[in-house]
Amino acid sequence: MEDIAIKTDGLTKTFGDFVAVDHVTFDVKRGEIFGFLGPNGAGKSTTIRMLCTLSRPTEGTATVAGYDIVKEDSKVREHIGLVSEKMIMYNELTAKENLNLFGRMYDIPKDILQTRIDELLQFVHLEKWAGNRIGTFSTGMKQRINVIRAMVNQPEILFLDEPTLGLDPASTAEIREMIRKINAENGTTMILTTHMMVEADMLCRRIGIIDRGKTVALDTPANLKKIVSGTDTTILEFEIPNLGPTLIGAIGSLKCVGSIVQDDETHVKVHAKGDDCFDVLVDTIRREGGRIKTVRNLEPSLEDVFLHITGREVRDKVSDKVKAPRMEGPGHGWGRANERVRR
Amino acid sequence: MSAKRVLRHSVWICWKDLLEFSRSKLRLTMLVLMPLFMMGMVGFIFPSGSTISHQPVAIANLDTGQTTTLPSNASVTVSYGSIFLAQLETINNLTGMMDLSTAKDFDEIRYGIQDGKISGGIIIPSNFTREILSGRQGQIAVITDQSNPQISLMIQTTLSKTIESMGTQLAMQNLNSTYHIPLARTIAIIKPYDVEFKGVVPGEPNYFEFVAPGIISMVVMMSLMTGLPHAISYEKDMGTLDGMLVAPINRLSIILGKVMAQTVRGMVQGFIIFVLAVFLFGVVIHGSIPLVIGLILLTVFSFVGLGILITSFADKEETATMVMMTLMFPMMFMSGVFFPVQQMPWYMQDVSHLLPLTYASTALRKVVVLGAGISAVSTEIAILFGFGLVLLLVALPMFKTAMSR
Repeated sequence: MEDIAIKTDGLTKTFGDFVAVDHVTFDVKRGEIFGFLGPNGAGKSTTIRMLCTLSRPTEGTATVAGYDIVKEDSKVREHIGLVSEKMIMYNELTAKENLNLFGRMYDIPKDILQTRIDELLQFVHLEKWAGNRIGTFSTGMKQRINVIRAMVNQPEILFLDEPTLGLDPASTAEIREMIRKINAENGTTMILTTHMMVEADMLCRRIGIIDRGKTVALDTPANLKKIVSGTDTTILEFEIPNLGPTLIGAIGSLKCVGSIVQDDETHVKVHAKGDDCFDVLVDTIRREGGRIKTVRNLEPSLEDVFLHITGREVRDKVSDKVKAPRMEGPGHGWGRANERVRR
Repeated sequence: MSAKRVLRHSVWICWKDLLEFSRSKLRLTMLVLMPLFMMGMVGFIFPSGSTISHQPVAIANLDTGQTTTLPSNASVTVSYGSIFLAQLETINNLTGMMDLSTAKDFDEIRYGIQDGKISGGIIIPSNFTREILSGRQGQIAVITDQSNPQISLMIQTTLSKTIESMGTQLAMQNLNSTYHIPLARTIAIIKPYDVEFKGVVPGEPNYFEFVAPGIISMVVMMSLMTGLPHAISYEKDMGTLDGMLVAPINRLSIILGKVMAQTVRGMVQGFIIFVLAVFLFGVVIHGSIPLVIGLILLTVFSFVGLGILITSFADKEETATMVMMTLMFPMMFMSGVFFPVQQMPWYMQDVSHLLPLTYASTALRKVVVLGAGISAVSTEIAILFGFGLVLLLVALPMFKTAMSR
């Protein structure tokens, strides 16, 4: 039991008739980075909010750092830090004032708090900016301060709700590196929610995939991928210069096709089952007048795992939430498609 | 969780709020300008007394007079209308209350009022002299502008006072000349009763004295009622409230810190009004200053619960602001801040007795203007305290639930 940081049992949250989190049960081990993966609205943030004692579960229980989230909520609060989707900082206050204010909430003695703040600022290389107002910072800088703000009480468990949402590629990489470093150096247990598969794949030791309030899979990234590669499903990417809706419809209606996703104007990704699926696909495409330029057999990614399990894309509704312009580069390949076909 | 800890955390939250506030130059400027405008506006636009000055008034003298033939066969025309006018002009030259012009008849006066050229008119009828000479009263008609009741009322009061005193003068002379009663004694015959108006404290009553205490209570109320829900729902929308809620502090500290910050703001504004009232508008504080401060703090206390209640109900900043405005405006106008409660119809008076602001402004007014002691306002103090306590007891559990939705 000693090595369990978080334990949930049938955690449920309903808002009226809507079930946001539906009997979620999982354990997070001490010192691991646990990923919570799923489309927006899947219930990730609600679960995090319940674990952080910000929201009361309708049903079920959970212990965080060994304390019950309802009965011993203030004990839980002493041991956690939260990096929420919205930055928890006051723009009119300087970086140092912000850190100091939140430190005071934990009754940390003044001198200890001062050294800790200085160390944290050094850790993110922002010590020169300590006296500047947060409002003047770039988004990436703000998020770095935001993360160290959550660490001012040296939490056992750090909750990170979409920590790289809306950041540019450079800052995203920086924050990810920071998360890894904090985990490695302090052994802080981390719960990370994200809709970016790449991020989860890179950072997390174990991943829980959540969809419509339910955990649908929970394992290491490698094992999750085996769910797809272990079956007779093949992931094929066709490059067809004259790709059109009729063609996609024809492929989609094949019995052996699990799902089909159009990546861009010429690329289409197909999850197909069976030994003869390749032949059937090629035959169908050519019969429908499609010209196949290239075909690639893809290794399953976490995206494919999600697609395989739920039959839907993680990308779902993501574009509603991300306000920043669409980004290119690693980890951002999710926003490309403008058209999707589902089964 | 000890009370000391709760207090310490709330002081930090209060410090944070005030620091944030003080960093915005615009908000700071507004903090000072708001009471200044409020006082200036309210103090100057409302009639500060019953006197008027330089109101354009037209006079139509239709009196034809009366010609009598003396035994010496010389005929003399007497016109009491002209005498009256001459007297009126003399008085008016001294007070400057009217700008007099002449008109032909009622119609000309009516058109003048309709055109907005004059605010009223005086008509001396054609039989004026005849009536007086035949032992009856001379009727004078005063025409007023019904579209402007305030000015109408003032012209009415001023003119009837003036005319009455002119009448008295005339009567005194008549008594003196007809019955040879010494002039000094005539007044007691005509007016056996005399009134003298005296206040509880020395000095003339002025509208600022009435309105300043009310505005102080109102500003304190506004700062809490708008400030508190705004401060909390804004932080809720911004997500920063989560940072407080996720820390191991009592929920009470958050609300207490916010209340403290808003109180400081309200007190600063109240203080500015105070200073303005005393130095710019000549209000004299007759009561004790500590009692005044105590009453203001009690006002704060009585509104805290309401503020927290609205905060708990409103899910968004916008909702909070709307609920606030809906509640605040009736409170402002029905609590006797600007108009005395006694002037309202009975049902409105009943409503006004349900509003804490009524008691707050009444109590403050009693202390500031009348120099009342604590025992004179004990009823108000009890009501305000009770109101605040009940609302707070309802609001705090609601706030706690609202924070863990």
